[in-house]
Formats: sequence, structure tokens, C-alpha cells
Amino acid sequence: MKTSHRDHPNYWAFVVHRVSGIALALFLPVHFQVLYLAIKKASVFDGFLVWAEMPMVKVAETVLIVLLAAHMTGGLRLLAVEFLPWRDGQKTIVALSAGVSLFIGLVYLLNAA
Amino acid sequence: MSEETFTVSVWRGDDEVGRYQDYEVPRMESQTVLDVITYIQRRLDPNLSYRFACRVGVCGSCAMTVNGKPRWTCRTHVSKVIEDGRLEVAPLRNLKVIKDLSVDMTDFFDKWAKAEARFVGGSTRHDDFAKVSPDDKRRQEASAGIECIGCGVCYATCDVVAWNTEYLGPAALNRAWTLINDERDTGRLSRLKAVSGTGGCQACHSQQGCVERCPKHLNPTASIAGLKRATAMAALKGELK
Repeated sequence: MKTSHRDHPNYWAFVVHRVSGIALALFLPVHFQVLYLAIKKASVFDGFLVWAEMPMVKVAETVLIVLLAAHMTGGLRLLAVEFLPWRDGQKTIVALSAGVSLFIGLVYLLNAA
Repeated sequence: MSEETFTVSVWRGDDEVGRYQDYEVPRMESQTVLDVITYIQRRLDPNLSYRFACRVGVCGSCAMTVNGKPRWTCRTHVSKVIEDGRLEVAPLRNLKVIKDLSVDMTDFFDKWAKAEARFVGGSTRHDDFAKVSPDDKRRQEASAGIECIGCGVCYATCDVVAWNTEYLGPAALNRAWTLINDERDTGRLSRLKAVSGTGGCQACHSQQGCVERCPKHLNPTASIAGLKRATAMAALKGELK
């Protein structure tokens, strides 16, 4: 089997950071639309809240929370790489970022259930 | 008794036209990928082009893509990289292919010049030696990156090089960083300007493929991060105008 020069944790972290960033950029307009409903169209917003109680929507929200958390931890990791003195063990830091992101998602899911 | 052999797919051609050609090569103990390529050229196909010189990991001329990853072939044992009894050997990525496994390194070394990755002295033969303690922090930063052999493995690994043709690349920036930390060098500000901008150190995405693949175990990402901090500080002080 042919391997790839991209096959290492720091590259996966880069991809997760990119993909989560794009996903969040797509999510933001929807988020603002819902905020608009909350202020201007209370009845439609109530309907949205009922819809948001569906289990699948909760799961989707959890994915969103994990993406947000991954983008935050990834961003903090990059700031540390670029602005703090170098530390070895970058793969450990990537693993920690992933762990923290999943943990935040899990906490959200447990509260949502 | 028939000897044990394995299949090696080697890229034949250039960037535009080419294909992989299979060769059956005898398996030997402690065989390196460069041994394999040399066997093919000497015994099977004298028309094969490739580049090497020292054979012992000093000159940096024999780097190729082996089973998908850039490597120094003279120090890469077949036993470490062979997969399913096969080897695939291709030229380095991100560089123009001259023929077969030989790439044109012009862009790679031109970018060293663009990064002002050469020593600029300020003293004469009449001056005393610069006294730099081995414990000096800047000396240690320079030492950490100084052993680059210019093989181009980091350059071939880097996706930013593939995406941004102006990007100076890990090796040139690493060398610039060692010079920024050289007590005797006088080209600091000019070099910081040279490594800023579109193709400069800020273009690096810290994917760290260079760190992963450098055969000398150097850390270009750390060097580039050092340049990012140095250029940011210089910009804040208004020195980069």
C-alpha cells in the first residue's frame, strides 16, 4: 500500500482546523437568522425551539459544538506554536486538543439528553 | 537456487509524459533504495536517470519519493519501506522533473538566495574572533538548524510549497533563521524583510510535514515560528518599513 506524506497527526490537525472553520462560517449566517427570529418573530422562533428538541437536531448540535471546540483548541495550539517558545511533543498537544474538543462535545451531549 | 527478488516501480519520463515501469531486483541484506536504483541502472536499464554523489547521507543529492514519501534514498533501507513486497520510486514532488528521477533544483536554491540565506559578515581578518559561548541561547538556536544538507525532502513534503509557488519553503527559511541567530551576521533587517510577505514565513501553516520527514531530524517549523516572532517584533518596532 502506498503511503502519503500527509499521513501524520499535525496534518490531520490542519485539516480539522480548516474544515471546522469552513463549517462554522457556513453555520454563522443560520445562527444570526435564528437570533433575528428570537427578536422579531416569536411564534416562528417557538416553532424552531420545538424542532430543536428533536434527538437528531441535538446530535447535530453536538457535532457543531465539537467543531467549535476543535477550532478553538486548534487555534490556541497554533498561537502557541507561533508565538511561544518551541515545545517538543507537538503530537501530544494535537492529541490533547482533540481530547478537550471531544470532552466538551460529550459534556454538551450529556446536558442535552 | 533462484534468488529472492522484488518488484520496483520506477517513474520514467518527465512532468508532462511518463509512466511507471516495473523492474525485478534481487533482494539483498542491508540493501538501500539507492542500491536498488543503482542496480536497475547498471544491470537492467542504463537509460535510467537519477542523481547521487556521496552515498552516505552527507551531500543531499539522492532524495526521491519512495512509496509516496520523500526520503534520502542512500540511508533508507529497503526493509524499512517495502510494502507488500513492492517499492514505488518517483522523483521529488514540487520540483520540475528533468528526466526520470532527476529533478531541477533551481527553484529550491533560488529561494535560498531570495530568503537571503547566506552569511553577511561585518568584520575583517584584522578583527578578533567573535567569542560565542556554547551556552548562548542564540548559538543553540543556530546549532539546532545548521545541519541541513539541502536534500529538498522538506520542500517536496510541504503542501504550502505546492499551493503557493512564491513560498520560500522550509529549508531556505530554516537557514535564514540560523543566520538571524548568528552573532557575527550583519544582514538581519534586510533578511527579515526578505522572509516576510506573500512567500515568506507567514505563509507557513505549521503542518509540520517538514519536521516529520527531515532526514537530519531538524525542525524547520520551529525555525519558521522563530522567524514569525522575529518579523512580528520588528514590524511592531517599525523596522520593516
